Amino acid sequence: MGREKLIQHRIMPVAVIVLVIIAIWYVGAYFMNAPFQRDLDRRANVTSTAIEFLEKTMSQPKPTLPAPHQVASNVFENTFLRKVTSNRSLVYHAWVTLSSTAVGFTLGTLLGILIAVGIVHVKALDRSLMPWIIASQMVPILAIAPMVIVVLGAVNITGLLPKALISTYLSFFPVAVGMVKGLRSPELIQLDLMRTYNASVAQTFWKLRVPASVPFLFTSMKVAIAASLVGAIVGELPTGAVAGIGSKLLAGAYYSQTIDIWAALIAGSVLAALLVAIVALVGKLVERAMGAKPERSLG
Amino acid sequence: MTILKRSWQSWLALALVLAALATLPLLSAEAPIAYKPIRMFSIFVLTIGATVISLLPLPPVFVAVTLLVCAHFSTGLLISRLAGNEGMASTAFFFILAANWLLAWRCVSILSELRIRSRAIDSLLRLVIPAIFGAWILILWEAVTRGFGIPFIILPPPSAIGARLASSIPTLWADMQQTVFKAVIFGYVVGCASGFAVAILADRIAFFRRGLLPIANLMSALPIIGVAPIMVMWFGFDWQSKAAVVIVMTFFPMLVNTIAGLSAAGSMERDLMRSYASDYWQTLTKLRLPAAMPFIFNALKINSTLALIGAIVAEFFGTPIVGMGFRISTEIGRMNVDMVWAEITVAAFVGSIFYGVVTLGERALTFWHPSNRGG
Repeated sequence: MGREKLIQHRIMPVAVIVLVIIAIWYVGAYFMNAPFQRDLDRRANVTSTAIEFLEKTMSQPKPTLPAPHQVASNVFENTFLRKVTSNRSLVYHAWVTLSSTAVGFTLGTLLGILIAVGIVHVKALDRSLMPWIIASQMVPILAIAPMVIVVLGAVNITGLLPKALISTYLSFFPVAVGMVKGLRSPELIQLDLMRTYNASVAQTFWKLRVPASVPFLFTSMKVAIAASLVGAIVGELPTGAVAGIGSKLLAGAYYSQTIDIWAALIAGSVLAALLVAIVALVGKLVERAMGAKPERSLG
Repeated sequence: MTILKRSWQSWLALALVLAALATLPLLSAEAPIAYKPIRMFSIFVLTIGATVISLLPLPPVFVAVTLLVCAHFSTGLLISRLAGNEGMASTAFFFILAANWLLAWRCVSILSELRIRSRAIDSLLRLVIPAIFGAWILILWEAVTRGFGIPFIILPPPSAIGARLASSIPTLWADMQQTVFKAVIFGYVVGCASGFAVAILADRIAFFRRGLLPIANLMSALPIIGVAPIMVMWFGFDWQSKAAVVIVMTFFPMLVNTIAGLSAAGSMERDLMRSYASDYWQTLTKLRLPAAMPFIFNALKINSTLALIGAIVAEFFGTPIVGMGFRISTEIGRMNVDMVWAEITVAAFVGSIFYGVVTLGERALTFWHPSNRGG
């Protein structure tokens, strides 16, 4: 793809859509904040021109829908202008969430791989465990995340671990399912070749199944890391709003600090995008190191 | 050839039963309600009998059925007397429980090795094997919570949860109506339908698709659940705000999957449609949408879980005094943990039915797909 085509086919459309979204956002902010502003003006007996009124709707301290620039300045202020250790710094809250996400994701990935290896090699496990793994996702665990935190808190397990456990639960599933698929992806003809080499089960596993499963692993890890971030954020809701992006959301909801809520949402989104991008990048590097074709990708 | 079979589960089970016999009684001396001798005798006879049969060279079906019946009957006798005796179980109790568990494992291994021609029996086995596994999770849960006397607040035994579930059906039904029938169904239908509609629009206009797809891909990885407090502020405490959260959560997976599905039809088939001189809508409804169905149903399945989670979590941010999320958050505050678990059971049940209905719809509509044709 040439450079001109890249701009024409990739960057241009995205930029236009983003601009349209921001424009809609501004219009929405005007209409959602206008009734309250009219109320304020009537009580204060102020008559303002249309331009003044527009400016006022865009600069309320607790707007119904904050304007994009209000959110942007809040994010900028709380990310770059504050000390990292400050309680109001978004970097601090993001770090708290990130640490439990990372622990939960690591545990979940290891657990998922372990389960997948067991399922591929033990037939009894395959037939008895697999249906329950799928059923386990029907339990809206996210909905009882607060309970898990409170209960574990009652037995003095507090801090990072309970949140990480929720992330683990959410992230093991995509990895387990993806890895079962990946470890089974070698074709019969390849497995037969290993048999003609008189390869042991372990040798077949390390030299054929594991390399074949790597693309599947990274695809499912991308899903898993997004899920563990969601788990960590929801896990932070009931901890009495101590720290983390989830507690920032809850505190914002309690005190109607709408700008803070949106800023926390943006911070969470940036974090999610970064994490997924990192996993994708590592995946690409690993695949290249293993000698895969550069364009190859799984949906 | 030896007469006895080599099965480590059975030998270990035998060792455990003997260990249990050596460390009797099953409950410690202070237990208020002791086991009657006849019950204890039956437990041991059943377990030892099952162990011996599993070691003899008998037909596998016979062994499996015997193990299934004896091990579970013995376990039933064992744990049904635990209520009232919390924390009194002795080492012998856990030895014999472990022996029964190993026998059940052996039973599952035999059943999974069976090669059966008949389709009906095969599908029965597909149900029985996971059911044994599920039953043992409940059995171990019950035995551990009651046997070790784990505090009720931390983890109530399943029998207590079941009793609570049965005694508070009206409350649970009211919660389900509020959360599932109002918020989830409305949000799910609107969210999926609008995601689908936007995907068709994006398919029609290439520029729109190129701009939207990267953004939608990004959005579906984001913690969208965070919009819950905003929606509660905008749409009030009742079900409308929860439905709004569900709409936002289900929109993007549907959009992304539908767009991916619409490009699933091969170029050969498209060329064929061109040679028939079919217009855009004909190609869409007769070729590309049917080809996209597996992707669309994938999104519907993902969304069935997301919708339930979204509605329940949104209720943590404010509700009227009814609803599953409301019940969970208030009952945990009052330390009625069994009620919370009952609500979770209902939620899991509703989620499974929801998923099952979508799967049935998929079977009916994509019967042509290789994954549904069977081999």
